[in-house]
Amino acid sequence: MAQLKRKLNGLRRSPRALVVVLFAGLLVVGSGYTAVQAAVSPSTAVTRSQEQIDLGKRIFLSNCASCHGKNAEGTMNGPSLIGVGEASVDFQVSTGRMPGAASGPQLEVKPVQFTEEQISALAAYVGSLADGPSIPDASYLQANGDSTKGGELFRINCAMCHNAGGAGGALTQGKYAPNLMGSSEKTIYEAMLTGPQNMPVFNDANITPEEKNDIITYLKYLQNNRSVGGDELGNLGPVVEGLVAWLGLLGLIIAITIWLGAKSN
Amino acid sequence: MSDKSKEIAKQSGAYSDHEYDAGLRVIHEDAVANPGIEPHRVRMTDKSVKHEKNAVRQVAAFFTLSMLGSALALYAYFAFPISEDLTTVRLNTLYLGVGITLGLLGIGIGAVHWAKTLMPDNEVSEERHLTRGSDEKRAAAIEIINLANQESGFSRRKLIRRTLYGSLALFPLPGIILFADLGPSLGDKLRHTAWKQGTRLTKDPYGSPIKASEVTIGSVFHVIPEGLMPGEENYLEEKAKAAVLLVRVDPEILIETEERASWSYQGIVAYSKICTHVGCPVALYEQQTHHLLCPCHQSTFDLVDGCKVIFGPATRSLPQLPISVDAEGYLIAQSDFHEPVGPSFWDRSVQQ
Repeated sequence: MAQLKRKLNGLRRSPRALVVVLFAGLLVVGSGYTAVQAAVSPSTAVTRSQEQIDLGKRIFLSNCASCHGKNAEGTMNGPSLIGVGEASVDFQVSTGRMPGAASGPQLEVKPVQFTEEQISALAAYVGSLADGPSIPDASYLQANGDSTKGGELFRINCAMCHNAGGAGGALTQGKYAPNLMGSSEKTIYEAMLTGPQNMPVFNDANITPEEKNDIITYLKYLQNNRSVGGDELGNLGPVVEGLVAWLGLLGLIIAITIWLGAKSN
Repeated sequence: MSDKSKEIAKQSGAYSDHEYDAGLRVIHEDAVANPGIEPHRVRMTDKSVKHEKNAVRQVAAFFTLSMLGSALALYAYFAFPISEDLTTVRLNTLYLGVGITLGLLGIGIGAVHWAKTLMPDNEVSEERHLTRGSDEKRAAAIEIINLANQESGFSRRKLIRRTLYGSLALFPLPGIILFADLGPSLGDKLRHTAWKQGTRLTKDPYGSPIKASEVTIGSVFHVIPEGLMPGEENYLEEKAKAAVLLVRVDPEILIETEERASWSYQGIVAYSKICTHVGCPVALYEQQTHHLLCPCHQSTFDLVDGCKVIFGPATRSLPQLPISVDAEGYLIAQSDFHEPVGPSFWDRSVQQ
């Protein structure tokens, strides 16, 4: 027994043992990391070239770093962008919301500041920092789903803020849910996926990619077909309809009443 | 009334020799003098043949417009039929409506214009009589009442009078008691929902269960109890009471009372979606402020602080649904809500 122990001690001190242990350690860590990685992001095979990332970093440093920090770690003026994913960057920059012009209750849609190539480089850089939602697959952006199902999901999950007709609506203290008529398929998908600003997140477990496509189909149907009931009046509901009824129609009734009571000249 | 004001009232025509209480009427000494009836103004159609002929043509034009409108309505009914395609409703309704409107409005406007411009415009004024009747009429009325009393013996025959009072008082009661049949008794329906211990939280509307791991921070799930599907008995009523909003926030920022510390699960909280003001669905969730806004009257609830009211007309916090997870990791309810959901009702505070 004691002899065996001494033999093992001898082996442990040999230089070959170091190589074996190192190799075993690397194998465990490497395969473990791959397994965890696979569990976290099951599908997305993201292709981003080093050139893109370098270009993205240059654009980031000169346009974004003053608020989001040199390493996108966030400052007092802007949140950390580590882990927000490419979808977030693409949504914010390609709608012109970012770079923000001024701080306020909500970032507004503005003319887009960058070319498509620059935006994808910026997205690639931020996406390379840590895993996050990636830009949606084009197969879910065809607006070729089931608009009836999409309408049902939209009314349950989205209509309370965005209005059943997608016309948007007011929130608290100057914030608002924007009008969705005219938003691109990709913008709608990315908004659901990332939950920009005060919008909640609707991840793929909550609303599956197919269901997101259904919702997009419903919105595109609304956008491309006129309302059956006549003029939509901006789809803003009882306030606008009431205004038309009170000012327009009641005004007409009052005018007729005055004419009835007036003497003929 | 002083002699002087009597004199002024007489002059202005507001006073007659008939003596009565002036009541609250104020007689101003400097009242504007009664201008009398306006002088009659002769219409252009009476003075000029040209204007008269014009008016005739106008009336006829309105009647013709009415005919055209009716014809348009008849034409539109056949020219724009409603088919399977719902958008056909649009043109059908528009032209049918415009046609019928012109048909009726043309007759009406034409007839009024005819009466105003061409029919005789004699002006007649009718004087208002005083509210109080003359003394003779009043005396005659009292005499009739007295005679009726005498002949019927209403004051004299106490037994008849009292039984009549009794019968008149009881007569409406059966009618009032019938109101109780207007609807079924509510029982304790206002106090309980479909949530029970162990009921899985499922996604509205398709009813798939939710794993706690799927609810990432910032996510909002619209939730119904498992098994509550269309076709179930009282489906809509039960859904209207049981609707729940599920949100995950950073557990660090969650403010929880000791009693409710076990009601959330790793930052996941579930609250009733029915506003405590008048029962609208409160579902406008702002991810960064953690405020829940009711779209009807802007009541705002602070989700991280027990859904307390921070703005608006609601007076009570949204009821919280105690949740936990089952062995498979799916979210389940610990129990029903601990208080009635939705708006106040008259005996809400009574314990049952």
